[in-house]
Amino acid sequence: MTAVAGLHLDIHENEVFGLLGSNGAGKTTVIHMLATLLKPTSGTATVNGYDIIKDPAKVRASIGIVFQAPSSDDMLTGYENLKLHSLLYGIPRHLRENRIAGVLDLVGLTERKDDQVKKYSGGMRRRLEIARGLIHKPKVIFLDEPTLGLDPSSRESMWKYIQRLAKEEKITIILTTHYMEEADILCDRIGIIDKGKIIALDTPSKLKAMIGGDIIKLKTQQKNILNIEILKRFTFVRKIEHTTDKRLLILSVDDASRNLPIILKQIDAESVEVTNPTLNDVFLYFTGRNIKEQPEGGFMERYALYD
Amino acid sequence: MPYMTSGSGNTNNSISVEGLISKLYAIWLREFKVFLRERSRLVASTFTPLLWLFVIGSGFGSTATQTNIDYQKFIFPGIVTMSVIFSSVFYGSYIIWDRKFDFLKSVMVAPVNRGTIFAGKTFGGMTNSLVQASILLAVGAAIGVQFTALSLIQSVVVVLLLSFALTSLGLALGSYMQSLEGFQMIVSFVVFPLFFLSSALFPLDHLPTWLSVLTTMDPATYSVDALRNTMLGIGSKSFEIDVAILVAFTTVLGAFGAYSFGRMKAV
Repeated sequence: MTAVAGLHLDIHENEVFGLLGSNGAGKTTVIHMLATLLKPTSGTATVNGYDIIKDPAKVRASIGIVFQAPSSDDMLTGYENLKLHSLLYGIPRHLRENRIAGVLDLVGLTERKDDQVKKYSGGMRRRLEIARGLIHKPKVIFLDEPTLGLDPSSRESMWKYIQRLAKEEKITIILTTHYMEEADILCDRIGIIDKGKIIALDTPSKLKAMIGGDIIKLKTQQKNILNIEILKRFTFVRKIEHTTDKRLLILSVDDASRNLPIILKQIDAESVEVTNPTLNDVFLYFTGRNIKEQPEGGFMERYALYD
Repeated sequence: MPYMTSGSGNTNNSISVEGLISKLYAIWLREFKVFLRERSRLVASTFTPLLWLFVIGSGFGSTATQTNIDYQKFIFPGIVTMSVIFSSVFYGSYIIWDRKFDFLKSVMVAPVNRGTIFAGKTFGGMTNSLVQASILLAVGAAIGVQFTALSLIQSVVVVLLLSFALTSLGLALGSYMQSLEGFQMIVSFVVFPLFFLSSALFPLDHLPTWLSVLTTMDPATYSVDALRNTMLGIGSKSFEIDVAILVAFTTVLGAFGAYSFGRMKAV
């Protein structure tokens, strides 16, 4: 089975790049290949100037990676886990203690460093993983679903650590996520991956501008299809969807603030709601699917859900 | 082959001897710390051989008549061997857990070659077996097995050789297993046959041919025989021959383990 095929991607130095896709889209496969844990059946990639097939050892020495599931040994303390990896990465003795103290401080675990990892919370474990991934000062760090399974407050504090990392260290961060909000907040650029292919790639704001249009949600008592036909003739209206009884309309329009009054002249609305497009709308637009694992479920259902 | 990256601040050494030793040490130390902290595993795996020694040793001792030697003492070398079989094979196949919990992935993504990881884990397994065997040797002295300095050293050598061989075997088997259910297969089809066919509980001479053939194929047999030689002064072959055969098994199983570990998929 091919998880990823015909994927072309350039990631810039010192940017935060996000691979956004639903579960099973091939995000982790891409990361595993770039980290030399999985050999591509064809093609190759260059990480920090090293070929992942010809120079896997050099690639590994220059990257850090945080896996989806915590990989620290929970029988060891946080400090011991970091010591283990500093030895594995061949950090010279005179730098070791400083490095360990530095990464512990960065992720806010200094006070808990001598506790066994099994006593850590989910968020702390994830932060320890990040510290582990940074101990050898890699030029690239991969974060595979860094907030998967964290509660909302741990998620937000994890975002803060990642933002701090991006600001304070000279490092390229490549993360995968299926949380739209996370990709939007953290990433400089986003590649949307679906069925093993990159289907869109740009900054979050440009991606959102690409599908254009604000979303207007109208509730009405009218059942007259003629009004809808009239709306369709306006050039600023890009797309109209509606429930079968036509009492709920969803319009994608340019510049809602200016054009909403024109629409309201045609439709006797009971309530109106205007939203700007989110990354989820971008994802929907490109894949025709919601990012949650609903195979069906388009534009309409998403907005109808909030009804 | 140096592991240098072009960036500033990168501190990865070339594969110097010192670098290699510190990587080996790192993996070994992790194994040893986990071993010491998992008390329940240590207690359980020490208790089982003692149970055999005292219950089977005393129970059968009342009916079995062995070459002028008390049955409990007679099976003592077999019980030491049993402890090595259990601890080494279990330890090696614990690699299934390491893989399941992604720990191994984090080690494999470090610039450490598979051979070093394999060696570090094997040394860890040998250390564990040695700690358990030492406890048993102390118990042996208490039940009247007479040790000399030479026989102690020889016993340690035999324990380490067998442990190296069987840890390698465990790592090899574990590297082929995808699920924890495979662990039960290893217990039934590897651990118990290795133990029962090792002649731990009976003398090697005067066995039916089929059983005799099977015992010669079991590396643990030579451990039992070597330990009987050095501890009790009885044995069907000489100590030197036992050790030579054990070295041969160790070489083959070590190579098999290193090969299997090297071809294991990282994810």
